[in-house]
Amino acid sequence: MTLALIFEQLLNGLQFGLMLFLMSAGLTLVFGVMGLINLAHGSLYMIGAFFCAVAAGATGNFWLGLAAGMAAAAAAGALIEMLVIRRLYDRDHLDQVLATFALILILSEATKMVFGPFPLYLNAPPILSGTVNLGLVDYPLYRLALIGFGLLVALGLWLLIARTRLGIRIRAGENDREMIAALGVNIRALYTVVFALGAALAGMAGALVGAVQAVQVGMGEPVLILAFVVIVIGGIGSIRGAMVGALLVGVIDTMGRFLLPRAFAVFLDASQASGIGAALASMLIYLLMALVLVLRPKGLFPLHA
Amino acid sequence: MTIRASLCTGLAVLALSGGVAQAGTATVGLITTLSGGGAGIGADVRDGFELALAMSGSDAIHLVIEDDGQRPEQAVQIADRMIQSERADILTGIIFSNLAMAVVPSVTAQDVIYISSNAGPSPLAGAGCHPNYFNAAWQNDMLHEASGAYASEHGMTNTFILAPNYPAGTDALTGFKRRYTGTIAGELYTQLGQTDYAAEIAQIRASGADSVFIFLPGGMGISFMRQYSQSGVDLPVISTAFTVGQDNLPAMGEAAMGVINSGQWSPDLDNAANAAFVAAFREAYGRTPSLYASQSFDTANLILSALAVADVDDHDAFRAALRAADFDSVRGDFAFANNQHPIQDVYIRQVAMVDGEITNRLLGLAIEDYVDVYAAQCPME
Repeated sequence: MTLALIFEQLLNGLQFGLMLFLMSAGLTLVFGVMGLINLAHGSLYMIGAFFCAVAAGATGNFWLGLAAGMAAAAAAGALIEMLVIRRLYDRDHLDQVLATFALILILSEATKMVFGPFPLYLNAPPILSGTVNLGLVDYPLYRLALIGFGLLVALGLWLLIARTRLGIRIRAGENDREMIAALGVNIRALYTVVFALGAALAGMAGALVGAVQAVQVGMGEPVLILAFVVIVIGGIGSIRGAMVGALLVGVIDTMGRFLLPRAFAVFLDASQASGIGAALASMLIYLLMALVLVLRPKGLFPLHA
Repeated sequence: MTIRASLCTGLAVLALSGGVAQAGTATVGLITTLSGGGAGIGADVRDGFELALAMSGSDAIHLVIEDDGQRPEQAVQIADRMIQSERADILTGIIFSNLAMAVVPSVTAQDVIYISSNAGPSPLAGAGCHPNYFNAAWQNDMLHEASGAYASEHGMTNTFILAPNYPAGTDALTGFKRRYTGTIAGELYTQLGQTDYAAEIAQIRASGADSVFIFLPGGMGISFMRQYSQSGVDLPVISTAFTVGQDNLPAMGEAAMGVINSGQWSPDLDNAANAAFVAAFREAYGRTPSLYASQSFDTANLILSALAVADVDDHDAFRAALRAADFDSVRGDFAFANNQHPIQDVYIRQVAMVDGEITNRLLGLAIEDYVDVYAAQCPME
């Protein structure tokens, strides 16, 4: 085990964490502002990836695909908010979970009917293929770009929330929704915009990640589970918490998959160590979540501390 | 229509239906994955089976299809429902070994026949073999063993091996190591359904291996190959038809080009049954069939061949008819070993561009008349 390998794995963890952040930011924003649990967030991620794959395939340009994926996810998000989600704000969380779970099934089947059951082709843009030398290691350029993208989006989101009128409204909505409605803010429009924004972020994550993963029906659900872990760790509703939680999950999951089998290999044979190490590594982030819940039941950065 | 004319029609219909030697009919329950990430494989399993029925022109099989959603508990419920309410005589179609391990033992214990058209977990091939359990595909180790043999014969001496952590994954790595004579540069189990392989690829890069063996079926394989092709690691990849099969190749594109893999079948395997199958499949569904489709097609024809000579309710006679395997397999020679798993040839294939389509072409024979190693532990004669 060399320094170069550890460095590379840290970069991998960082990149994985930043992609999780894109997913969790929308999820936690929607929960913070509207108090809504949206299980269908993973479906918006899938929609982003599928529209990106189709648009990139038709035009031969990945960036047009990325734009199409984000637009499609945002449009789907706005539509879903107006048709379904709007009726759920006053209901309890169980009703929201049931309704948005139904949306997962409907959107997955619809995607299969429109695009077929087979995974789609989507590749990273040629300009970002290959590797770059970072001194210690040759690292894939596309993954480096994903890290840059994730940081850029995090910065943009921070500016949006801290520096713009929309951001003020979002923060106000998180704190006291009746009051801002009473002050004359169109809360319905605000909800639609926030939901579409969260959907666009999910769609962007889907499209970006789709270039290095299988674009297939149901691709959103594993990520959705991780995103929920992230926002529970970070504190539900907190963007800053989502960032910290996503990086923690990304790095711990990657390092666990890397280090645990090696640790067991010290006193077990290679096959056994690999099997047990892999099984334990997959539990690691849930253990982390349990630990955080014991020590800080509202997460690391609770919204209403 | 006059009375005479309708009589004539009636007689003609009788004559026609009498023309097919009709020993009996059977209800076949096809449980497969038709939603989620495995839906493409399931579509091939379903389409291969239905194509065989359509091509035979026989109506001896009443087919019931259900989606297991790739969830073991759901597959068990469907199997029970098919047996109890649909009165299914034969079940088939399950793709994933963890689902097969949940379903098969309870099905065979209820005296219903299960014919696997894909999964072949080792516990069911050895001491756990059962007269009601047939496998028309392979025992899980088989193809991976052929890949191991190929790697050894082609100068690979230090291979990094990788598979998901579930029954077929452990069988795959066990199978690969059985005939592989080199050293193992590293051995990793990943999560089933894992989508990011950056941590694994970094270890491959650092391991000093001269080649990589992977078993990552479905979307896992697409994710791995895409990330591997961008990683700058250019060690040769050896695999099996599950990872770089026709279900995955269009999505993988150039990332999969040149990958060596093993399979008991290939779209260009030269025999009459296969030529007819591939042409009819392309005609009917507009795509080239995968290994999964070929196995399901064979399973349907195996059942039809047994129904033609025996009644499904006469279990002993029907099992004997299945064991005879008197049908034209698209993979060429096919016979059952004592554990009711195939004795068959395994080939080496390579991903290539053929007539503008990315597909596999045959390179040669890897193992002839393969009998899996677990057969010896099976007490059946």
